[in-house]
Amino acid sequence: MIEIGLGHYLTLGAVIFTIGIVGIFLNRKNIIVILMSIELILLAVNINLVSFSIYLNDLSGQVFTLFILTVAAAEAAIGLAIIVVYYRNSGTIRVEEIDNLKG
Amino acid sequence: MEIAIIALPLIASIISGFFGKFIGDRNSEIVTSFLVTISAILSAVVLYEVIINQYQDNIIIAKWISSGSLDVNWSMKIDPLSAVMLVVVTSVSSLVHIYSIGYMSHDPHKPRFMAYLSLFTFAMLMLVTSDNFIQLFFGWEGVGLCSYFLIGFWFKKDTANSAAIKAFLVNRVGDFGFALGIFLIFYLFGTVNYSEVFELIPTIVDKNLLFLGININAIDLICLLLFVGAMGKSAQILLHTWLPDAMEGPTPVSALIHAATMVTAGVFLVVRCSPIYEYSELALNVITIVGMSTAFFAATVALVQTDIKKIIAYSTCSQLGYMFFAAGVGAYNVAMFHLFTHAFFKALLFLGSGSVIHAFKDEQNINKMGGVWKKLPYTYTLMIIGTLALTGFPFLSGFYSKDAIIEFAYLRGNTTGYYAAGIGIITAFLTSIYSWRLIFKTFHGDYNNKDIKIEETHESPLVMLIPLIFLSIGAIFAGYTFKELFLGYGGINNFWQESIFFLEPLSTDHPPFWFLVLTPILVILSIPVAYYLFVKNKNLSNQIANVNKPLYQFLINKWYFDELYDVLFVIPSKKIGLFLWKFFDIKIIDGFGPDGISSFIKKCSLKANKFQSGFIYQYAFVMLLGFSALLTFLIVK
Repeated sequence: MIEIGLGHYLTLGAVIFTIGIVGIFLNRKNIIVILMSIELILLAVNINLVSFSIYLNDLSGQVFTLFILTVAAAEAAIGLAIIVVYYRNSGTIRVEEIDNLKG
Repeated sequence: MEIAIIALPLIASIISGFFGKFIGDRNSEIVTSFLVTISAILSAVVLYEVIINQYQDNIIIAKWISSGSLDVNWSMKIDPLSAVMLVVVTSVSSLVHIYSIGYMSHDPHKPRFMAYLSLFTFAMLMLVTSDNFIQLFFGWEGVGLCSYFLIGFWFKKDTANSAAIKAFLVNRVGDFGFALGIFLIFYLFGTVNYSEVFELIPTIVDKNLLFLGININAIDLICLLLFVGAMGKSAQILLHTWLPDAMEGPTPVSALIHAATMVTAGVFLVVRCSPIYEYSELALNVITIVGMSTAFFAATVALVQTDIKKIIAYSTCSQLGYMFFAAGVGAYNVAMFHLFTHAFFKALLFLGSGSVIHAFKDEQNINKMGGVWKKLPYTYTLMIIGTLALTGFPFLSGFYSKDAIIEFAYLRGNTTGYYAAGIGIITAFLTSIYSWRLIFKTFHGDYNNKDIKIEETHESPLVMLIPLIFLSIGAIFAGYTFKELFLGYGGINNFWQESIFFLEPLSTDHPPFWFLVLTPILVILSIPVAYYLFVKNKNLSNQIANVNKPLYQFLINKWYFDELYDVLFVIPSKKIGLFLWKFFDIKIIDGFGPDGISSFIKKCSLKANKFQSGFIYQYAFVMLLGFSALLTFLIVK
């Protein structure tokens, strides 16, 4: 039985972070997936913060995590609201069709 | 009063040029003609004062350049020489102004035309009244510019445009020499004012200069350089090619600029600089040779031309040659005399031919005229007077001046003098033949025009005929009236005073009697000869042309001067120009310069364009890459 230490937590955080990153730019379908990927990245960061907090016996990391969760929730709400409004205006939220920024 | 002579044409030009639209065609014609006529009357008053009271003055109008030792004024020098030129310029100019009212009656751009004419008059007056070489050069270029404007007046005609450019370019060659001459004068004397330069000339008689690797006397060099300028302006052989082409301009322009005034500026220059030329035997001989070559050359070409204006143009060229060799043999006053009389009868001939062209509705080929002398009685009579005066028929003005030139050439007593006299007599004969050929072909024989019925040809309006009548009075009486004054036979008066300088007084001998009567006899005999050749027995003249086919071709192609210049200058410079354009300009300058840079930037931006896809996930990816790169950099550092 292996002991689960800091390295494993950090590895998990890195893996989730990578999934989130890759999810942002490999995704061709739905902009909601991008939003979800961003949440994943934030969660990965949270895992890092919590594991270091325990490892270093410092509570401020966990306090910070709570803040991040709050912000993430707010961000998800705003992001979804933006997507709804965008869908109303342009009738699509397919990533490939959103290229208004093209000059 | 004197300043008004110069100022009035300028004012007229400004009014007509800038305000012609507001005051209307008729008013600008009246204003310009009126002001120039006043100027002519004032000039006559000045000449009268000069003759009677020996009036001389140098009025400084304004300071122009004052830099170091260079001191140049806008000035008005009144002396016998400039007074004569004033009268010639303003009187012919005012008559041409009035004539133009009739001649240009169908033209849509009358104010512009009148403005150019007045501006030309102003520039010519600046030229003749200057007291320094810089103002002379200003006037010189001013008349050149106006000549360019007026030759190209009908700017919709391609031939007129190219003729204007040709005149401008050929004159540049002469002006280059002229400018060098002025530079040399300033270099040697540190001043460009006539009076100071002429005073200093004797001090550099023995000075030599190195010019283009040739060691040459300084005075010779000055004279030759100035003469190059005179050759260009006065259409002497080698630089004459622009004058016949200049006939593309309206006929009044030909009469004013290319017969009476501007082309005589070269003669005026030589006479004005007589204190310099007197010290240069070499330059005087060159002038004599160039003058007589031109006189002979132009007369032979005029024999076969078919365009009425070109015949008269070549005739002008030939008469200018006369003036030059008169100056070349040292008889400057005779040159001026011929200039004076020539202005009247040549302007008369040109305006007369304009009247003929007007009658034939812009036909200029004399082979398409003929038999109209009854239809155009006034024009016919006036043209006859002009021709008689030109050929030197006894007791008309050309007789006095031309015979005086031949006599003085003979009296010069050296080889060039005798040659010049001989050529002068031959040329006088040729002049007579071609002039009568023009008259007979235009007015006598059968009517040869198929486009217009003979009934449709009409006499010109009065506004065109009156100037002709004035000029014909000049052509008849100018010689007789002024010969004593200008030539001063027997030294009874010294009209020219200091304005013309003679190192040695002119010979007062008379040539042998047979020599004196030779020219008039030839001239009179040539009339029946021409009548026989061109009216009675036309086949004979055609036969002569056919038998001497090469000679005829040589003459009708104007001695192949244009073709020669084409091969020597035009085609090579065109090739160089094409090369520089196609290779140097387009490939190198544009290739690496503006075009190259712009196409490079275009390529780069097309590449950069691809980055801006508009997809958010790509932006995020790039942001991430950049962020990690930055982070890596910071960690590694």
